[in-house]
Amino acid sequence: MSIDIKVPAMGESVTEATVSRWFKKEGDAVARDEPLLELETDKVTVEVPAPADGALQSISVQEGATVQVGTILGAIAEGKTGNASAPASAAKPAAKPVETPKPAPQAAAQALKTDAPVMPSVRRIAEESGLSPAAVNGSGKEGRVLKGDMLAALETRAAQRPAPQPAPVLSGPRPQAEREERVKMSRLRKTIALRLKESQNTAAQLTTFNEVDMSHVMALRAEYKESFEKKHGVRLGFMGFFVKACIAALKELPNVNAEIEGDDIVYKNYYDIGVAVSTERGLIVPVVRDADKLGLAQIEAAITDYGTRARDGKLKLEELQGGTFTISNGGVFGSLMSTPILNSPQSGILGMHKIQPRPIAIDDKVMIRPMMYLALSYDHRLVDGREAVTFLVRVKENLEDPQRLLLDI
Amino acid sequence: MPDQFDVVIIGGGPGGYNAAIRAGQLGLTSACIDKRGTFGGTCLNVGCIPSKALLYTSELYDKARVEFPKLGIKTTTELDLPGMMAHKTKVVGELTRGVEFLLKKNKSEAIVGEARIAAPGKVEVKGKDGSVRTLDAKNIVIATGSDVAPLPGVVIDEGMIVSSTGALALKSVPRRLLVVGGGYIGLELGSVWRRLGSEVTVVEFLDRITPGLDNEIAKQFQRILSRQGIKFQLSTKVVGVDKKGGALVVIVEPAAGGTRQTLEADVMLVAIGRIPYTAGLGLDKAGVALDKRGRVITDAHFKTNVPGIWALGDCREGPMLAHKAEDEAVACIENIAGRAGHVNYDAIPAVVYTAPEVASVGKTEEELKAAGIVYKIGKFLFTANPRAKTIAATDGFVKMLADAKTDRVLGVHILGAEAGNLIAEATLAIEFGASSEDIARTSHAHPTLSEAVRQAAMGVEGWTTQM
Repeated sequence: MSIDIKVPAMGESVTEATVSRWFKKEGDAVARDEPLLELETDKVTVEVPAPADGALQSISVQEGATVQVGTILGAIAEGKTGNASAPASAAKPAAKPVETPKPAPQAAAQALKTDAPVMPSVRRIAEESGLSPAAVNGSGKEGRVLKGDMLAALETRAAQRPAPQPAPVLSGPRPQAEREERVKMSRLRKTIALRLKESQNTAAQLTTFNEVDMSHVMALRAEYKESFEKKHGVRLGFMGFFVKACIAALKELPNVNAEIEGDDIVYKNYYDIGVAVSTERGLIVPVVRDADKLGLAQIEAAITDYGTRARDGKLKLEELQGGTFTISNGGVFGSLMSTPILNSPQSGILGMHKIQPRPIAIDDKVMIRPMMYLALSYDHRLVDGREAVTFLVRVKENLEDPQRLLLDI
Repeated sequence: MPDQFDVVIIGGGPGGYNAAIRAGQLGLTSACIDKRGTFGGTCLNVGCIPSKALLYTSELYDKARVEFPKLGIKTTTELDLPGMMAHKTKVVGELTRGVEFLLKKNKSEAIVGEARIAAPGKVEVKGKDGSVRTLDAKNIVIATGSDVAPLPGVVIDEGMIVSSTGALALKSVPRRLLVVGGGYIGLELGSVWRRLGSEVTVVEFLDRITPGLDNEIAKQFQRILSRQGIKFQLSTKVVGVDKKGGALVVIVEPAAGGTRQTLEADVMLVAIGRIPYTAGLGLDKAGVALDKRGRVITDAHFKTNVPGIWALGDCREGPMLAHKAEDEAVACIENIAGRAGHVNYDAIPAVVYTAPEVASVGKTEEELKAAGIVYKIGKFLFTANPRAKTIAATDGFVKMLADAKTDRVLGVHILGAEAGNLIAEATLAIEFGASSEDIARTSHAHPTLSEAVRQAAMGVEGWTTQM
């Protein structure tokens, strides 16, 4: 009996996805619940498991195609014995996907996804040069691409590239030479692009700066690091302090925690703080729910957990949705100052930066202190300058004197 | 009719019996004829297998006497030559019976007798009792192997003057053993008897031992064997031998000509090579063409010039190695069955089972030079390999040759303990067109001798990490 493989429901707001990778070839044996393919959505990647034991009868949607919830991806022949390893040539193009991607034979990223094992040297060269082994004629056993084939193809590619000319004549459109490589945008990248631009087009964004002397938080951290870790089993990082400091400031300045919806202002009496995490696929923002009700240890634990799962692509969709305010830490990459873009429809985003020892004047004396610039980008439609500046000052005060957090002042 | 077969195979050695097995697997009826009385050919009866049994036991004996004291083991060791021979005989017996079982399992009729091709499609077998049986064969496969090459002016009596066959069954340890021929057979058997107490002298016509092996390997190999006590007289030929007072007086002269000299020995081993064995097969009558060296001429599919007659193994061209015959057997039968059978002659390993062992696959440095191929070399000494240290076997090195441009592995030459096993990886690499980098980027267990292969691979592109 043949059972259809369908695109599963992936969460309220997600209606379409891209087929990023088939793990199985037509004819391969599959076990129930074994992952068959990977779908990439705006926010997460989802593995589609086999609905039954049997063999993969057909693949109707190829890698790279866009599909919608309910689209038939292929079929399983239930109970049929499949090949342990089907010939590499399998997978013929079938039923028309919703959106046919333009063929991009040069795209290394695409070709590297094929199942045929690639020799280690070939893998390295492909990754370093972007030259896809799939675009190279293999001279090895059964057409296998050898290191020599890759090197020769690279040489050809280099030879085809015109020698650098002193002053290229710029007339008409640029030639689509081999100097370019065309790769389809991943869904995540597309979403990031769309959302960022949407944010800029909607909100009246501007950024205010301040700086914070981190020596107190650092001293506190140094003193309690070990006992904290011993008791809670998580490292005492800086992020927890920032989340706490922000929540205290948000409570004082509720506009920063609000959003504009049509003609209304929606005030949120809960504090769901998004923490931006950089992954290989791009930037994602998991949300720490009701962070005002959590202790430092719980916040640290939640962030650590999100970070690990984000790198593995294991975050659930609902963990990325919502959020009333966002904290972004460009400091981990060494940024000294930046103007973060609002995570729409939120009205505020705090930018953390690198901690750097800098001379500053304290009581008319020059001291060297570990300093960090703080940036708050805000939606001026809703948040006044006074509020934004006060917000940052509160965050600064809370961090320079963490006891204030305890006393709630 | 029981006497009709799809394939009749003449010869029950590694070529013949593997052909019979493959025929059975592919659903062809077959008969495998051998005149020896036990199957397995030279390899199993008087070649690879008995020699390896003696190489193993004699090495243990030598180790017990020479190495054990250095490793904190005190023993008294005494040689029991008949016991050692009994082990050898037991192993040979078990394996030949194993071959007969495999023939039966694959429904090939094992026939003992002397075969003759009466006409294309007809094979006559003369049994031990003189009865003659005629077999109808859709295909005849000649897999008759090879025989000891004779030395002009010397008669092998398998008593004092022996071939490899006699050298595997000496009744006592000769005081002085003279080995004629510095190839792998002479060196392996020379090693056996040197370990058991003989003074061994190797006389070789060429100016080097193990012709065909990479020069650098061969030189170091000779140094190690000399250190073990084997004496070498290179560029020397044996012109005659006399018996005098229960000993042999061997007359030698420089290969280029010059003053003769005599060497005394108790036993002389003639190991100057092997020649194809096709006598008495009726090949001339059947019209099967031979080349100048008496080898059956075939095309790449193992077809002779006579339709329906095929040949494989030592009796045709190529290295006289059991595994080469085995590979050809599979390919030949596949061709007969209408499939595509091929042998990749660039990826056939060769091993000398001395201690240390020598193993090689692919091209030697000299061959690459002669062919004008630009190459890179990676080398790694076993003295720098931790495992080699722990087992006190630091002699030798791994040498890898790869194309300078494509990095494809072209040859691997190993002198050292377990070289025969280590070469398998290199053979697979060459078979699959791997580059030195492919081997270098493949994980190798630590601590193993195989790491030396990886380090040599790294050396090709200059990133050896352990030396």
